[in-house]
Amino acid sequence: MAGVTLNSVNKVYDNGFHAIHDLDLDIQDEEFLVLVGPSGCGKSTALRMVAGLETITSGEMRIGDRVVNDVEPKDRDIAMVFQNYALYPHMSVYDNIGFALKLAKVPKDEIDERVRKAAGILELTSNLDRKPGQLSGGQRQRVAMGRAIVRQPSAFLMDEPLSNLDAKLRVQMRAEIAGLQRQLAVTTLYVTHDQIEAMTMGDRVAVLKDGYLQQVDTPQNLYDRPVNLFVAAFIGSPSMNLCEAQLNGSELRFGSRSVALPDSLFAARPALRGFDGRKVIMGFRPEDLEDAAISGDQDPAHRFSAQVSLVEALGSELMVHFDLDAAPVDSGDPDAVEVIGEHATGVGRFSPRSRVRPGENVEVALDVANMHFFDPDSRLAVWG
Amino acid sequence: MGDLISAIITVVVAIGGLLALLGGLYWLTSKLPKKWQEGARSWVFLLPTMVALIVGLLIPTIRTIYLSLLDDNGKSFVGLSNFKVIFTTRGTRLTVFNSIVWVALGTTVTVIIGLVVARFADGMRGEKSAKSAIFIPGAISLVGAGIIWKFVYDGPPFEVGMLNSITKSIPGLPASMGGNGDRIWLLERGFAGADPPGSAPGFNTFLLIVIFIWASAGFATVIFSAAIKGVPDELIEAARVDGATDRQAFYKVTLPYIRSTIVTVATIVTIGGLKAFDIVAATTGGRFGTSTIANEFYVTKFVQGRGGLGSALAVLIFVLVIPVVFMNRQAQKRAEEMMGA
Repeated sequence: MAGVTLNSVNKVYDNGFHAIHDLDLDIQDEEFLVLVGPSGCGKSTALRMVAGLETITSGEMRIGDRVVNDVEPKDRDIAMVFQNYALYPHMSVYDNIGFALKLAKVPKDEIDERVRKAAGILELTSNLDRKPGQLSGGQRQRVAMGRAIVRQPSAFLMDEPLSNLDAKLRVQMRAEIAGLQRQLAVTTLYVTHDQIEAMTMGDRVAVLKDGYLQQVDTPQNLYDRPVNLFVAAFIGSPSMNLCEAQLNGSELRFGSRSVALPDSLFAARPALRGFDGRKVIMGFRPEDLEDAAISGDQDPAHRFSAQVSLVEALGSELMVHFDLDAAPVDSGDPDAVEVIGEHATGVGRFSPRSRVRPGENVEVALDVANMHFFDPDSRLAVWG
Repeated sequence: MGDLISAIITVVVAIGGLLALLGGLYWLTSKLPKKWQEGARSWVFLLPTMVALIVGLLIPTIRTIYLSLLDDNGKSFVGLSNFKVIFTTRGTRLTVFNSIVWVALGTTVTVIIGLVVARFADGMRGEKSAKSAIFIPGAISLVGAGIIWKFVYDGPPFEVGMLNSITKSIPGLPASMGGNGDRIWLLERGFAGADPPGSAPGFNTFLLIVIFIWASAGFATVIFSAAIKGVPDELIEAARVDGATDRQAFYKVTLPYIRSTIVTVATIVTIGGLKAFDIVAATTGGRFGTSTIANEFYVTKFVQGRGGLGSALAVLIFVLVIPVVFMNRQAQKRAEEMMGA
């Protein structure tokens, strides 16, 4: 068992493309660290550098106490799960799982014991003689996992291992992989573009964008205290609502609407005072909005009215989309689905007791204590 | 000029007539009851190919088999005695041996060279020019290849033999290996003191097989190279992470993955070896113990006019090809099963 450390690691391709900028990551022994980011952010490149499948342009990479910059993949004592599983199509499930052990010249009976044990854990025992081509997507995924766990390596590297599964299976395998990792207690670096996977699986989550590390923290801290606009918008589904606003004393004006900010809010974010009389980017999560008609907060200063454009009833909650006349903000996520229009839009997660209809005007109660603020120039969060 | 015009008219009328016939038949199918229409139409489309196959392949094959059971004048039925002659006469038996060596050695070496070049050229600088260089011989007709190599193997009184000038420049090489630079290579059956009996393939047969390999290796290389590029990168990366060296990844992942391609190439080269005629005819004409079954068939039937024995040799090639084709199908099926399809 060992941790994995990256010290100012850079990757510059031969064509000059700088994929990874001074990446520092310290994955603790037995930790499950998820590397998440939009497409093209360099997360797979980073993982492949740990695996040794990509060279490191500069910086230092350690697995345990050993610097592995120039160590071949086969000598790094790591196991990798690929996005397309990369199972050997001509080998049975048994041989696929046992391949690494065979190469390592492990005695036959020990291979047999370890392969059967791994197959047992992954419920593959009845499929050991079959070829990958005869298996379902979920079973192939398990074989790929089996190939990794049978090795008992220093670290697992997983490159979007669930992205080829259908939604239901993905949720199931998500829990299984996370459970398996805790059970085996092997240091794991897991790459995904799916922030829900990142939040649910990782002990800590590292957010990467354009080759720059944005923030590394526990899932809850990332959600509650994103360091910048990108992390704020990227983590959470639906995304945080963002728009431009103007701070005048304790009045926060966005478009034609405004709310009053309590002193306690300024006390928690002293730096916000510095934006008095200036533009600031405001953010609020959908669950911090409620239909004022049923909200516990009756303070009219924490309300604004909005025209409902769409209501999505999910049973346990209503997703209420509305328009704001404030200027929109681009979070910088290239995978974001929203089209940035002339005006910002918002989403509220309302109780199903709400009776709002599309086209109606609704009074929205905002939980101002949980609001986020960002510097429009540096795009960093405004806290202390 | 008049001949040309009448030839053109003949062709146009023949093709037009065929198209008119097919069109007419197609029109007729539309008059049939609905449930027969589709079946009848597919037969209309199959018809030209069927006719060509029957007239050009099936009937000649049956006729050749029939002729192989008659005597050389095509008069009286002699059973299998023509085949008995092939295997009991020293000259024809040698051609069978020679053909077996052509197939065994030619195919094995071609496949190995193809794989080695494809593997090491892959991703190398100058890969394209290297592959073009090795592919060009395959684009030359085998007769042309034979003539080119005849120059290489030539000896006195001509001064053009490249092989002689090479062997001559190696100090201390014995005369039996061309050390004097005056060997007529395609004529000599012995080499380095070994003197094969008249019933066994001689060294000159191996020299002819070299030409065959030279002409086929490019084809094999190009096909293998494409197949190797088709192996997903992730598989090789997975093998490397699993602890495989480049060599192990090639033997344990790449080779099994392209197995069906190897089988296909081996089959094509094997059939080429069994049919080997052009190279032999263009170099030695089958003399000096270098004849192959195909060459012997040509000489026997069309030069010597021995219809029965000639046909029997042709049938022998046919019979030898059948198991190759069958084995190819089996191997393809196994390769598909192996991939779990």
